[in-house]
Amino acid sequence: MDDVRVPISSDVDLVRARERGRTLAGELGFQQGDLTLVATAISELARNIVRYARRGEIVLHPIEDGGVPGIVIIARDEGPGIIDVNRAMEQGYSTSGGLGMGLPGVRRIMDKFEIVSEIGRGTVVTVTKWKR
Amino acid sequence: MAVPILKQGPYLIATIQSALTDADLVQLRDALVGKVGSYRSSGVIVDVTALDVLDSFASRTLRDLAHMIRLRGAETVIVGIQPEVAFTMVRLGLTLEGVATALELEEGLFYLAQKLHSARQEG
Repeated sequence: MDDVRVPISSDVDLVRARERGRTLAGELGFQQGDLTLVATAISELARNIVRYARRGEIVLHPIEDGGVPGIVIIARDEGPGIIDVNRAMEQGYSTSGGLGMGLPGVRRIMDKFEIVSEIGRGTVVTVTKWKR
Repeated sequence: MAVPILKQGPYLIATIQSALTDADLVQLRDALVGKVGSYRSSGVIVDVTALDVLDSFASRTLRDLAHMIRLRGAETVIVGIQPEVAFTMVRLGLTLEGVATALELEEGLFYLAQKLHSARQEG
């Protein structure tokens, strides 16, 4: 299966991205409950792109490990970057008047979470969910 | 896509038909907060059965909606949160605190009728 790339620049793209993610995870055999987790994680990550960087992309990448399928979601932007990544990962912390649920929430519902951010260069969040 | 708002007696019923953008949700919130006044409604039902994702923004907007409508003097019930959506919300720490919820439209109407009834008795 090929990667799916969804350019993100508005809240309409956010809906499109999570629908594409749900479809791909469905094709990989994910159960209903996990489809919702994947779609919700994409929603949070894509919203962060729109909110902080204005534009970027979501890449959905199917993977496999010992016959177990998984999905890697990469949220990439060339925005301002996150000054304090550790704080951004704290529940309830937000610089945008949001709830601060975004990133820590996504980390909780995914199997693997990785964030690389560079001031002035942008942010890449990479999360993985395996099929149960 | 705008969400149709139906007036039924003293209630307003908004049935979400498909995935909504953030802008759609904010528009729904503002429309309901306004219409509660123009129709002098005592209760609002938001049916989210069709939503397959309720993320942090959607949860916050629904909570704000319910609180704003309460400040306007009416009650809100969110109905139809799907089991997997509820599961995800709890995992994310999104609890819709202080917002009434019901399984389906019928239970939502029953809840509002009871609220209205007890408000009359108290008044």
